[in-house]
Amino acid sequence: MGEGLKVYGFSISPFTRKVLMTLNLKGIKYDYVEEDLNNKSSDLVRYNPVHKATPVLLHKGNPLPESLIIVEYIDETWTDKPLMPVDPYDRAMARFWANFIDTKLVPSIKVAVLKECEEHEHEKKIEEANQWVKTIEDVLGNKKFFGGEKIGYLDIAAIWLVGWVPPMQEAAGWQLINKEKYPNLSAWTEEMLSHVTVKENLPHRDPLYAYYVWRLSGFKPELTPK
Amino acid sequence: MSILSFVVPTIFTQQNAQSVARSTCRSLVNLFVPPYKYSAVFSHQRAFHDQCKMGKGDVKLLGLWASPFALRVRFALELKCVDYENLEENFGAGKSELLLISNPVYKKVPVLLHGDKPISESLIIVQYIDEVWTDGPSILPLDPYDRAIARFWAAYVDDKAYPYMRAIITADGEEARAEAIAKLKECLMVLEDAFVKSSKGKPFFGGDEIGYVDIALGASMEWSKVIEKAFDVKLFDEETTPNLLAWIDVFLAHPAIKDVMPTTDKVFEYAMNFISPPSKKAAATAAN
Repeated sequence: MGEGLKVYGFSISPFTRKVLMTLNLKGIKYDYVEEDLNNKSSDLVRYNPVHKATPVLLHKGNPLPESLIIVEYIDETWTDKPLMPVDPYDRAMARFWANFIDTKLVPSIKVAVLKECEEHEHEKKIEEANQWVKTIEDVLGNKKFFGGEKIGYLDIAAIWLVGWVPPMQEAAGWQLINKEKYPNLSAWTEEMLSHVTVKENLPHRDPLYAYYVWRLSGFKPELTPK
Repeated sequence: MSILSFVVPTIFTQQNAQSVARSTCRSLVNLFVPPYKYSAVFSHQRAFHDQCKMGKGDVKLLGLWASPFALRVRFALELKCVDYENLEENFGAGKSELLLISNPVYKKVPVLLHGDKPISESLIIVQYIDEVWTDGPSILPLDPYDRAIARFWAAYVDDKAYPYMRAIITADGEEARAEAIAKLKECLMVLEDAFVKSSKGKPFFGGDEIGYVDIALGASMEWSKVIEKAFDVKLFDEETTPNLLAWIDVFLAHPAIKDVMPTTDKVFEYAMNFISPPSKKAAATAAN
């Protein structure tokens, strides 16, 4: 067990999976505690009093919340198989695009695919989502991974596209991110899914599919699940 | 010791204006900051500053004088003694071509242009500066855990404190404003606690030196003063945030900050553009 390492998480959440994936890619052993977010453990509240949210990493008694901060901490503490680029500019770009994914890309895709907007706004929201997907498609270019030849920090930051978008699109019955329009991202998704550690660290499709069906029917009652 | 007795002789010597200004500054600060804190905090920073302006290529900052985000970057550049050109966006005239090309995603200041490389998002820029200019004092802590905690609190400032400040300024109605003020005060109490833990008895979040969280939060201090003045409210006080109260004075007096931070009056005047009319009237009255 790696030096008193524990992760408090919610396994269906991409934020928790980013942390677990990082630890697994580095071959670091840890204990895992699954949280019930409707009944948070006293440990979670003690270790993350500010946000009371998962994931939280506990290392040698020191707690640390916020997934991407945890990922960088793991990378800086276990320096084998580095995830962050070496060059400061490349590091700045990795952080910038990771932040973009969380603050712009993911919300826009959710709104467009799950139709979390008024009917008359939907087309505009789809256009907006496409704009951001195109942006990240161009950032990736024809690289195997965002990190180049190997999985890096930005690949981990983008894990939601690999594990959550496919069941969401399946539940919605249409594809915003498709092979024809976004060949780079599609190829990258396949590369990620064929990487053993990544594949093992994604939630199963079924609970995610069910969740998105529930989300979709909650917003549009007339939508019958397939 | 009277200020005059210090300043007057220097005017009649061959010292240059900058040196006179520094001397005056120092004597003024000595009046308001406990001497042990000043000498402990500033002497080696001043020594570093004196051999200043080390460039590592062409550096430009696209900013706006009133923006706390742009100020963060300026503080970092000043702390590291980077030679840079400060380019002010004139938002009245619309966003410049350079800004739109350099930051096509967000189209916002600040943008650091290092040679032909644009970097956006203030905290990302500050980390970049820290990683490129390694001769100066380190802005982020050296220990990975302390560094992670600093990143956490800087993110907290961005996610909580700044949006509440914005909400206070732009609030439509007194009820909304009061709610935002209450929320901000809660945040500041959390940050007070963070300060105590991070500083470990030293003047800054970063310890002896200005650090990442000092920069993240400190950049908004003039705006905090504007809020206090415009809406007759105390955001920081001896009862709830005694350490932050002391920190503000030491932070604002630091040479790298003082030279760059706009005055409360200037920010106040600028803030009038964003405050809704009824409050503006009250605020204008408060200012007089």
